[in-house]
Amino acid sequence: MCGIVGLFLKDKALEPKLGAMLSEMLVSLSDRGPDSAGIAIYGAATGNEAKITVQSPKPDRDFRGLDAELAKAIGAPVSVAVKSTHAVIRTTPDKVDAARETLQTLRPDIRVMGAGEAVEIYKEVGLPEAVVERFGVRAMTGTHGIGHTRMATESAVTTMGAHPFSTGADQCLVHNGSLSNHNNVRRELIRDGMTFETENDTEVAAAYLSNRMAHGKNLGEALEGTLSDLDGFFTFVVGTKNGFGVVRDPIACKPAVMAETDQYVAFGSEYRALTKLPGIDNARVWEPEPATVYFWEH
Amino acid sequence: MPATPMPKAQREQGHARVFDLGQQSLRELNQALHNLAPGSNETAWEVLNPKGSHSVAVGVDQPVSIDVRGSVGYYCAGMNDGATITVHGSAGPGVGENMMSGSIVIKGDASQYAGATGRGGLLVIEGNASSRCGISMKGIDIVVRGNIGHMSAFMAQSGNLVVLGDAGDALGDSIYEARLFVRGKVESLGADCIAKEMRPEHIELLQGLLDRAGISDVKPSEFKRYGSARKLYNFNIDNADAY
Repeated sequence: MCGIVGLFLKDKALEPKLGAMLSEMLVSLSDRGPDSAGIAIYGAATGNEAKITVQSPKPDRDFRGLDAELAKAIGAPVSVAVKSTHAVIRTTPDKVDAARETLQTLRPDIRVMGAGEAVEIYKEVGLPEAVVERFGVRAMTGTHGIGHTRMATESAVTTMGAHPFSTGADQCLVHNGSLSNHNNVRRELIRDGMTFETENDTEVAAAYLSNRMAHGKNLGEALEGTLSDLDGFFTFVVGTKNGFGVVRDPIACKPAVMAETDQYVAFGSEYRALTKLPGIDNARVWEPEPATVYFWEH
Repeated sequence: MPATPMPKAQREQGHARVFDLGQQSLRELNQALHNLAPGSNETAWEVLNPKGSHSVAVGVDQPVSIDVRGSVGYYCAGMNDGATITVHGSAGPGVGENMMSGSIVIKGDASQYAGATGRGGLLVIEGNASSRCGISMKGIDIVVRGNIGHMSAFMAQSGNLVVLGDAGDALGDSIYEARLFVRGKVESLGADCIAKEMRPEHIELLQGLLDRAGISDVKPSEFKRYGSARKLYNFNIDNADAY
């Protein structure tokens, strides 16, 4: 199964409530996947700050003193905001690659959840309620976000196997379904310079999109490519710095429902996820068509 | 879609037994419906605040009337045997799955595999139906005012599927003896499904189905009929070497 949600705000007045709205949507789908849950939330990019969300199995040990040590190593200001097992490292955009490389030796157990100017990613093993509570997601503000609750089929139940998967700056993806040609696509992407953290099929889909966008495609074109290049069952919801996209495979047996009002565009695996959104009774509610790309950008 | 308000007359009469799924559990509702004995006087039921709940009013086997005010999730009204169930909203996947008899009306849209494996009764969808509508239908009648998605009536065995709008890809793939009537365009026909002549008995049959669905603004002559070429499921002695 798995449950996925997405919310793209058009009305700035709702931005302070993004975390709370997205949390309610995800928690309502808990029985679609009890293994692990995750959320990616996009705040406004300032242009002079980059964020790296990291996770550690021993946060007390790994995050203590990290700001000063990392700042010294990369020669730029660094701040570290700890949230449970995760931390958001802030530095200047030109130092992101240096910081990620330094982290590998400075704190070898740390794993990068995602990086970019706008995105923060939080994911852990456990139910959605426990995960949103642990990271304080309800208090988060932002412009758009996506979330996932997982019932694992293709790889291990671990933090790294939870969604969203992020394989490029400010890009992330959640998936309901399973891919059957992920090993072959992974091999081709590795030959083209992509790197992978897991054996998970969804990470391959995320890396596929990042790779296509790195080759100059826009989000819509990259999503279009999944229809011919990925084999299997999928409903994908994707986030980028400015946008939010949805695509379903041609068979479209993985459920999906969308709602749009003047204030937002929302996605849920089921209608249940949408019932608490403001104005839902008068929203345009529809099921996205198979093999059809939908995307919205700010 | 907005929930249809309760008609004023009915509210004033106060005959309906009301279940509020915002306050009461789904299991209480379904158990109360299953407890109905033949001849019960509790013939009118109303379900409030379904909010996408799964399995609303499944397995009802008495001729009662159930109005659901709002949208439902998976498997609403499955296995219905004799009840008249109206959803004043949209329905998730598998609405009316394996219906035996009675009728189900969806005022909004229906998701995947509406009416799957249905053996009898009438399912009316006033909006659009999604993919696999009427998959493996075995005697149910389905009338859709809007469009239907791909792979509808896959392996449909008997019964009638009536679509006032368009049909998606692979309509009637591997169909047996169900009859398909489509007023709009068909994206493509599935294996062994072909267009067939509309004879007087089909016009008569279709008029009856439209009447039962309360549809009076279209004529049977506006539809095309599709059905099985009977080449796939009949054993052909010339193919014996293949086995």
